[in-house]
Amino acid sequence: MEHLTNHNKHRCLSLLVMNNAGVLSRISGLFSRRGYNIDALTVGTTEDEQISRITITVSGDDKVIEQIIKQLYKLVDVIKIVELEKGQAIRRELVYIKVKADDTNRNKIVAICNLFRANVVDVAPESLILEIVGPASKIDAFFEMIKPFGIIEFVRSGATGLQRGKRSVHESK
Amino acid sequence: MLASKLILKCLEDENVEVIFGYPGGALLPLYEAMRESPIRHILVRNEQAAPHYASGYARVSGRTGVCLATSGPGATNLVTGIATAYLDSIPLVVLTGQVNRDLIGTDAFQEADITGATEPFTKHSYLVKDASQLPRIIKEAFYIASTGRPGPVLIDIPRDVQEENLRNIDRNPDMNIPGYKPNYKGHTGQIRRAIRKIKQSKRPVIYAGGGVKLSYAENELLAFAEANQIPVITTMMGIGCFPEDHPLYCGIVGSHGYDYSNAIMEEADLCICVAARMSDRGVAGTQKDIEKMELIHIDIDPAEIGKNIENTEIPIVGDARTVLLDLLKRDLNTDTSRWLTRISAIKDEIPLLFHQSLENGLANPKLFFEQLSTVASEDAILFADVGLNQIWAALYYHIYGKRRYFTSGGLGTMGYSIPASAGAAVALGNEAGNEAEDGNKRQIYCVCGDGSFQMSLAELAVISQLGLNINILLFTNTKLGMVRQLQHDTYGKDHYSGTDLNFEIDFMKLAQAYGIPSFRASTTEDAVTAAQKAAAIQGPTIVQIDVDKDFLRI
Ligand SMILES: Cc1ncc(C[n+]2csc(CCOP(=O)(O)OP(=O)(O)O)c2C)c(N)n1
Ligand SMILES: [Mg+2]
Repeated sequence: MEHLTNHNKHRCLSLLVMNNAGVLSRISGLFSRRGYNIDALTVGTTEDEQISRITITVSGDDKVIEQIIKQLYKLVDVIKIVELEKGQAIRRELVYIKVKADDTNRNKIVAICNLFRANVVDVAPESLILEIVGPASKIDAFFEMIKPFGIIEFVRSGATGLQRGKRSVHESK
Repeated sequence: MLASKLILKCLEDENVEVIFGYPGGALLPLYEAMRESPIRHILVRNEQAAPHYASGYARVSGRTGVCLATSGPGATNLVTGIATAYLDSIPLVVLTGQVNRDLIGTDAFQEADITGATEPFTKHSYLVKDASQLPRIIKEAFYIASTGRPGPVLIDIPRDVQEENLRNIDRNPDMNIPGYKPNYKGHTGQIRRAIRKIKQSKRPVIYAGGGVKLSYAENELLAFAEANQIPVITTMMGIGCFPEDHPLYCGIVGSHGYDYSNAIMEEADLCICVAARMSDRGVAGTQKDIEKMELIHIDIDPAEIGKNIENTEIPIVGDARTVLLDLLKRDLNTDTSRWLTRISAIKDEIPLLFHQSLENGLANPKLFFEQLSTVASEDAILFADVGLNQIWAALYYHIYGKRRYFTSGGLGTMGYSIPASAGAAVALGNEAGNEAEDGNKRQIYCVCGDGSFQMSLAELAVISQLGLNINILLFTNTKLGMVRQLQHDTYGKDHYSGTDLNFEIDFMKLAQAYGIPSFRASTTEDAVTAAQKAAAIQGPTIVQIDVDKDFLRI
């Protein structure tokens, strides 16, 4: 199962965009047209209702990332872009994992969840749904522990995050 | 006020004089309002030509061109023209009608998602859902189209939006585009570094692109080159941004450039790229050399820097004119005399080849353009189409003074030259009824091949109807010559396929049908004479020039 994250190649961009119709298709269109890979993308509202925040996880070297940022800035709807760099920013992901579980191993899984501060959000006779939030490294480790029990399916939200400290994206240069 | 009227009022506020359009159901309200508007409407004969008219208009007037088409097929017919303008950075505002708001998304009659379809090649676009937003949207559209790196902006307006009745309208609202901040002034630190590099360089060359023309930086480029004795090479899009009769002029680079220019590039040690994007065609044959030498890249679009050539030492994001003015403030004390001597030697070693020994005595298009250069007026404008005709004109028609050369360089769209030159003639008031005025004197040549001519044939009606003063030079080689040459070069002798236009058309009768005086010439001499006769005629003319099918690009 391809759940592992390649931490070196994956970069995380946080964008403020005008909350206009079509802005998402402009951004995703740009990626596909220029051959860039989007690994994950999340969208949500911000403190200003006119503005949305998009977090994009992409893979590429510095040159590619630089081009991506420049091309994104050419879109009139894109107001601001910062890279969420490890150390300078928190990056978290929400994951749900449906795992096989019965009376013989349910407690073991729950114990692992406790170690990782993961939650059990659905209990059924032959399965559990686990919920975990964290940085990619923690999620990868959790997956490793859960895998042997038999993962039925999972969903990853894609990374989202904020820069550390009191500075906001508006003030970053 | 009816929104349809409001749209036209807002266009008036943007000083729009003319719209190149074609009506349809989704534009009924707008066309009804147009009956009382001072804005002129020119009815094109196919929407495909409308953005080209607007492009020609924009290129000679420096203003934003405006075109209009109805929803569905009208709008989709615009697509190639919009892409053509986008790749050549031409400021256009494109208006389209759309089906009623409640029908959008239902595959209604004549519904097409035109903002979606044109998203890759518009600078920005709007689908108007609320008529009260029209003044802001129109204001933003003109601002975005014409500032920074220019480009086409599309506004899609549903029919029922045009029919809305509005009260208390503010026709000058604030714009709301916080993400759009074009930067004109180059970074002083980078300019300082550039100056140091230029001082150190022994063999610098200026590589000038179409952006010099877009930013009206021709005089500053000339001053900068002269002050520092740096030779200037242009791209195809940059043709005309530096006078060809100047000793520092070093020709045209790239896949269709002069051999001697590419040879000069090869020996340079510093490339000062001014407002060119270093496209695959522009650096064909010299990419490796450019990657080896040092590169200063001046461009208003930051994304162009480092996109095609990775080794940019010094990026200067800014408007060509503003940056050149900044560079001009400094005395660089360059000494390039040895380099210039070497350049003259290269020019002598690699002369231009005019004479191709074809026995049949048909016209030699290179000699024709060479000679046309001596008889054309000092400020003649030439629009070239796409194909061999375009390359002959680019390489052998001499451009200096106020002369200009325009072509569809980025997309290479056949059929461009006829509507574009018509748009230019409209912009210059170069039409029937204006004979007495000064503006009427500027000569406009429209160069096309027998293939490209047929792609925009329908527009001859507009040209003739308005009495536009355009001299069409139609090169008939009965082939899609450029592609045919590529077939020959790529697959070998006689590997021709699908490039024969052998069906004989009587272009003289065709011209007559449109009421356009025409001439046919089969030798270079006759062709020049015919072109002179044509130039003396008020209104449009066609000169058909028979060229051997095997007459090639170089
Ligand atoms: C719309 C469009 N279709 C196809 C092409 C490919 N193409 C480039 S040059 C050319 C031939 C042009 O023929 P013609 O206008 O007769 O000019 P010539 O090369 O013979 O001077 C073609 C088909 C193009 N550039 N644009
Ligand atoms: Mg031809």
